Amino acid sequence: MTMQETTSAAAGAKVFPGSDSRRYNYFEPKGRKATHYEDVTVDVQPDPERYLLQNWIISFGDGTPTYSKDWTALKCTDWHGYRAPDQEWERTHYQRQSTIVGMIQNVVENARRAGAPQRFDKAWVAVLQNHVGAFKHAEYGLGTALMRAQRYGYTQMVNNAILTNASYKLRFAQDLTLYLAEVGSDIGNFDLDAGKAHWLDDPIWQPCREAVEHIRAATDFLEQYFAVNLVFEPLVGELFRSGFVMQVAAAQNDFSTPSVISAAEADYERNLANAVELFALLLRDPVHGEDNRTMLQSWFSHHGGLAVKAALQLQPLWSLPRVKAANFVEAFERARGRVAAIGREIGIDADLPALPPVEVGQAAASAAVTAAVNGTAAE
Amino acid sequence: MPDGLTLNKITSQKGIGITEAARRVADLGWTPSYVKEAMSFPTDYKISKAPRDPMKQVLRSYFPMQEEKDNRVYGALDAALRGDMFRNVEPRWIEWMKLFLAIIPFPEISAARSMATLGQLAPGDDLRTGFTMQMIDEFRHSTIQMNLKKWYMENYIDPAGFDITEKAFGKCYATTIGRQFGEAFLTGDAITASNIYLQVVAETAFTNTLFVAMPSEAARNGDYALPTVFLSVQSDESRHIGNGHSMLMSVLKEPDNHLLLERDIRYSFWQNHMIVDAAIGTIIEYGTKHRDKNKESYAELWHRWIFEDYYRTYMLPLEKYGIKIHHDDVHEAFDSIVKKNYVHKIAQFFSAGWWANFWRIEAMTERDFEWFESKYPGWYDEFGVWWENYAKLSKPGSVPITFADTGYVYPHRCWSSLVPCVIREDFTIDEVDGELFTYASEVDRWTHKEAFAAEYQGRPTPAMGRFSGRRQWEEVYDGWDLADAIQDMGFVRPDGKTLVAQPHLSFEEKDMWTLDHVRGHTIRSPLLALREMTPQQRQAHVEEYRKGFKIRRV
Repeated sequence: MTMQETTSAAAGAKVFPGSDSRRYNYFEPKGRKATHYEDVTVDVQPDPERYLLQNWIISFGDGTPTYSKDWTALKCTDWHGYRAPDQEWERTHYQRQSTIVGMIQNVVENARRAGAPQRFDKAWVAVLQNHVGAFKHAEYGLGTALMRAQRYGYTQMVNNAILTNASYKLRFAQDLTLYLAEVGSDIGNFDLDAGKAHWLDDPIWQPCREAVEHIRAATDFLEQYFAVNLVFEPLVGELFRSGFVMQVAAAQNDFSTPSVISAAEADYERNLANAVELFALLLRDPVHGEDNRTMLQSWFSHHGGLAVKAALQLQPLWSLPRVKAANFVEAFERARGRVAAIGREIGIDADLPALPPVEVGQAAASAAVTAAVNGTAAE
Repeated sequence: MPDGLTLNKITSQKGIGITEAARRVADLGWTPSYVKEAMSFPTDYKISKAPRDPMKQVLRSYFPMQEEKDNRVYGALDAALRGDMFRNVEPRWIEWMKLFLAIIPFPEISAARSMATLGQLAPGDDLRTGFTMQMIDEFRHSTIQMNLKKWYMENYIDPAGFDITEKAFGKCYATTIGRQFGEAFLTGDAITASNIYLQVVAETAFTNTLFVAMPSEAARNGDYALPTVFLSVQSDESRHIGNGHSMLMSVLKEPDNHLLLERDIRYSFWQNHMIVDAAIGTIIEYGTKHRDKNKESYAELWHRWIFEDYYRTYMLPLEKYGIKIHHDDVHEAFDSIVKKNYVHKIAQFFSAGWWANFWRIEAMTERDFEWFESKYPGWYDEFGVWWENYAKLSKPGSVPITFADTGYVYPHRCWSSLVPCVIREDFTIDEVDGELFTYASEVDRWTHKEAFAAEYQGRPTPAMGRFSGRRQWEEVYDGWDLADAIQDMGFVRPDGKTLVAQPHLSFEEKDMWTLDHVRGHTIRSPLLALREMTPQQRQAHVEEYRKGFKIRRV
């Protein structure tokens, strides 16, 4: 060619218009500078209201485009303003998931090598087999609901936050499944099918299954995301994981189960932060905030009622271990406080009535369910 | 230590086998009894048989494996910088990465979204882990590719075009072709989109040219980053191919599905050919400086990967299940590459509209001519003069080649694939819902008029997608001055006047075209012009168009 060629193709080899334009320049970073997460995430799912000149070019049979704002009842003046606080992209996601897998594997291997499962208290073994075994299905149900939900968000930031949430939930459901299979083989006579049988038929678990099935059946993807992280998790998920298993297990000679469970608690902290950030943004919306509040309040009323019913029905579990290291009333109080604090964080009323000051039992539980469903949260 | 005793034997524990683990994990699912789940994703297919997971993987082995793959990728990128890769890389190649990497993250993430569909549609839970892994894989691919692009932007001599990448993706006439590919993964009939178009055709057949053949060419041009990232991506594809095949086997069991399968395999194969071969064929053949005559041409690669590997060993065996396979389409696709110069004509089109790009295309040289002639005899007669003209008109102040007196006829665009109708003799038109459309071939016409419709061969197909949007870029900018359209798209460098696109690889400011150099020329939509013609004029125009053109030397 007649024009002058340069010998190196490295940055800085030549100065010319645009030669120093080395940042993605088509979006507003949330902070002073774009984070790596923002660079690899923002605008990858395009929007006709931003740069998509020719609009979506395929539609569903009914005319709905590839992505639609109508897939949720919630509205937002700028869906692109959302950033997930955990800033996950592929590399950080695999690093974190892989670290968790390694941690669990080490704990389980060491416990088994030390013969720990054989020393679990017999009553506790039954809890693991029947009830931790049942709870793994709840985790799986939430994971599949989120896997569906990640299709529908209007931006990449929303969808990827839901996708990683699904990934964490489905991993944890498998963690529990494989953990029980492994320690079960050391214990002997451990019925690996019992957990599912309890999940499907044990009255203790039926309200929980009902709550999960309602989340799975919700057609609004943000209702699913909300119900998982802002309702079910604090009221049932944490109640069972932290309020029961993690507090009680050590006293039954079981140090490994709390370690396995702890991974889900850490996962939830991140998923909760992501969800709170999104719903707080939607409630702060200058145009749609109030309508969004009404909608979230109605979702809370629906799913909160189901979750409280599920939580209260689990109460007999606290009586099963031989050593009573925790009690249900305190655990439920913490869950009640937790969900109320989450509600305050985003701006909805999530105060649930306290358990009646009587000896906790079926009657009290029923009263609390009624109060929760018809009480302050059910406005 | 006694003979035969090893540390592993001392510490080994009885575990559960992979088959048992996969079975246990699949047993996590149940049939809801309190609330019936509404099927959110429409399909006209019936699926009653639960697909089986042939890979039998669980997530606890998946995450560490992926992390290790990532470590290798990112380690290699660091090593490439330490080895000063960009000092020796071919700019001709990296420029095309501005286009390729603007497009590909969107199809990837679309594939992630489409796993929602398959996860819900597939009966049972056996394949759920496979779909879950694929969902996370696609999230991986999308963000790892965005990272690679950022890395090029930070380290390659000319970052312009990388810096506007996702905005450019929304504006460019060429990226819309890629969007037709990506949107097809997740819109319309769920099985058509996510199983047949994405998994059975795009992933099983065409990722071989996308993610295997292209990285080889990258390495030949001194780019070690693209192979590192994309071969890692391709290593995930085998899982997706397994998912797709298993789902297909489940769909096949229902004889009622066979007609739809015939439709969808036909549409998907042809459109993948039109889109992927246009883009990747051009990048491999025209983005390279490596002209070793012993290396395979795109036509040869296609024959190996698509014809031999896919058509003969994957598509053909479907016939034994009663699925009609359109052999003539496969042969026609191959002929379009080897006999009808499809890839060369697309490259010619990309260069004809260079000013609307956000990457640079340099002229082919004598060395390139020789290689093309040896691989595609007769190439020089048809394309040599074009590229000589292109070189001549690459200096700022020349007439943009689109408007020079070369004899080139700006092509109509295919309403189905959105690729220009470059094989002139195959050009066809038809009316759908009372409106006139243009198509690159008969299969494209069939795709729009018959496949993407509410009824197929008398059978209602309400779930099937529809073509929508402002599909033709030329229509959007019809009547605009070139300079105004370029400015509107934002394909201008930070000085506010120099074009991002250049018809050469000179990095001297004096050689670079500005808005003023292209002002005074008007964009016209061939389709709008065609619609305005009388039936007689239109007939004459179509006949003339089909005759093609001969390039004159300027």
